[in-house]
Amino acid sequence: MTARSEKLPTPARLRPRDVLAVGLSGLRGRKLRAVLSALGIAIGVAAMVAVVGIGTSSQARLADQIAKLGTNLLTVAPGQSFAGTAAQLPSDADAMVERIGPVESATATGKTDATVRRNDRIEPGITGGIQVLASREDLLGTVGGKLRAGRFLDAATGNFPTVVLGDTAAKRLGVTEPGGQVWLGGQWFTVIGLLDPVPLADDLDVSALVGWEAAIKYLGFSGNPTTVYTRTAESAVEAVRDVLAPTVNPKNPNEVKVSRPSDALAAQLAAKDTFNALLLGLGAVALLVGGVGVANTMVIAVLERRQEIGLRRALGAHRGQIRTQFLTEAVTLAGLGGIAGAALGGAATYAYATAKDWPFAIPIAALAGAVAASALVGAVAGLYPAGRAARLTPTEALATG
Amino acid sequence: MTAPDAYPGAAGDRRPGPPAIPGQAAAPASTAPGFPGVPGGHGGLEPPGEVITLQGAGKTYPGGLTALDNADLTIREGELVAIVGPSGSGKSTLLNLMGTLDRPSSGRVEVLGHDVATLSDRRLSAVRARWIGFVFQQFFLSPHLSALDNVATGLLYHGIGHSRRRERAAEALTRVGLGHRLDHKPHELSGGERQRTAIARAVVSRPRIVLADEPTGALDSTSGAAVVQLLRDLNAQGTTIAVITHDRQLADSLPRRVRILDGRIQEDDMAGTAA
Ligand SMILES: Nc1ncnc2c1ncn2[C@@H]1O[C@H](COP(=O)(O)OP(=O)(O)O)[C@@H](O)[C@H]1O
Ligand SMILES: [Mg+2]
Repeated sequence: MTARSEKLPTPARLRPRDVLAVGLSGLRGRKLRAVLSALGIAIGVAAMVAVVGIGTSSQARLADQIAKLGTNLLTVAPGQSFAGTAAQLPSDADAMVERIGPVESATATGKTDATVRRNDRIEPGITGGIQVLASREDLLGTVGGKLRAGRFLDAATGNFPTVVLGDTAAKRLGVTEPGGQVWLGGQWFTVIGLLDPVPLADDLDVSALVGWEAAIKYLGFSGNPTTVYTRTAESAVEAVRDVLAPTVNPKNPNEVKVSRPSDALAAQLAAKDTFNALLLGLGAVALLVGGVGVANTMVIAVLERRQEIGLRRALGAHRGQIRTQFLTEAVTLAGLGGIAGAALGGAATYAYATAKDWPFAIPIAALAGAVAASALVGAVAGLYPAGRAARLTPTEALATG
Repeated sequence: MTAPDAYPGAAGDRRPGPPAIPGQAAAPASTAPGFPGVPGGHGGLEPPGEVITLQGAGKTYPGGLTALDNADLTIREGELVAIVGPSGSGKSTLLNLMGTLDRPSSGRVEVLGHDVATLSDRRLSAVRARWIGFVFQQFFLSPHLSALDNVATGLLYHGIGHSRRRERAAEALTRVGLGHRLDHKPHELSGGERQRTAIARAVVSRPRIVLADEPTGALDSTSGAAVVQLLRDLNAQGTTIAVITHDRQLADSLPRRVRILDGRIQEDDMAGTAA
């Protein structure tokens, strides 16, 4: 009816800073409740981050270890012959292997029938699980073994009744330092060295090593290696692996067992993953439960703050702005929980890794992902309450009670 | 279109009229109260513009209760209107329709010539942000914010910056006589001061009309009188005001009274007792 109508005011957008301030305003004065509802998220995220972090740290340790030990060690052992009898490697098997192009070194041990005991009064049947091996003098360099004390077999000592004990073998024999004697193959052998554990060749740990010549001379050793150890160029491991069997036994290559000891560690590395997936699933469930907590808090907030909603509508907020306010609040709540959880999970990982003497490793993507996931959970949790707040008409919202 | 500087500043500033509407001369505030709204009735002066117009407006709440029935009402620039009637007679319903907080179930509500029914929620919200200021009986101040920040909230949905909002809030608080209470939290203010803060929040955006629903209802008579005086002062400076009141004496002192009974406008008395 009135001819004169004024140009309608244009709806204004809130500045991003104000969106945030308005979204956070609801948390003011309800700090305890905010903390409690963010706590659920924080616990879920902390659990997930710690699982990932501890998993990553332990994998980092394994990877470190594998890198240090090298993945280029291959072992060759006699398998079973067709007839089912034990096959044999030729006595110069390690020398044959050494002639393969990319091979860097090759060495060997050979099993003897001798037993070793602390002294001659102990029953011969009691071996303590210790095997007596003939050893080449360059064994340690190839397998990555280290002497804890004394020295290793060499051209001089290898001809005499001297022995180097693996870590476990020494403990079982009660030998703590070189210099003493043990009863080996019916005579006294002088202990000249003790080994540290050898991770890539752990059967050496339960062995007593004697010189190749000495084994033949004193113990009736046949001179045939039972394990050949070889290091190859990293790039040629697979190629060398394929030719090892035909090299040491051209007639019956299938009577030769070739293996790569680092595969066991690598398998361990892979096995961690399934364990992780399970615990991660649990963390995700905790995160979802936290999300339900946030949703619950937000539903209550909307009920309690109807008048605030009404006032804001009266002051000119449109539905979208009310929705944004409560969504922002939910996302902030969950996001803060996520950040706290990420920090907590990181701290737990650090403490655990430090206690275990592992490297501390945590993927940044996991931290960012955890915070992003909690924000997402917050958004989903806030969707319904924010929608309810937005749907209230100003008068409904302002009506008291 | 509302030039900020067009608004009268401090009390005592008797510059005439509300912000000028383009193409229309603002009526002097002193002549506005009681203006009968008859075109040409004032010696060739155009009548002051219609701010809010209700034509046969009604409101039936879900459940079937008709709280307002076929109401016709026009409020013009510069007016100070009392809406009176017993409890439950439909005063708040009327005010909510005028303030676009609710849409009529029948009839028509226009704000500055725009039919509310045709406006989207966003547009209508912008209309409330720019053109309408609200004062409620319960103040609705945020307990965590200072008086200054509470008043600044009145400009939040204008999309202007924080510091500018606070500057204008300080001006508005000064205008209502609370220039010395800027940093006080609501619980540190008296009831009257709280309502004056709420009034400052309503006028900080220089709205075209202020709608007050029983602003003195929660106050003792002394602070109630101060609030009424403040509304008069604001009106004298050009603010158009509609105020619901229970107080007969107060109502009788205002230039125009709209009486409601059982959802119907019984009387629209523009006789205008001089205050
Ligand atoms: N949201 C609502 N839903 C249903 N009935 C309402 C609602 N708001 C008000 N009413 C009813 O409408 C009538 C008028 O209410 P109201 O406008 O608040 O009166 P007043 O402000 O004059 O006291 C009353 O009977 C009241 O109970
Ligand atoms: Mg009422």
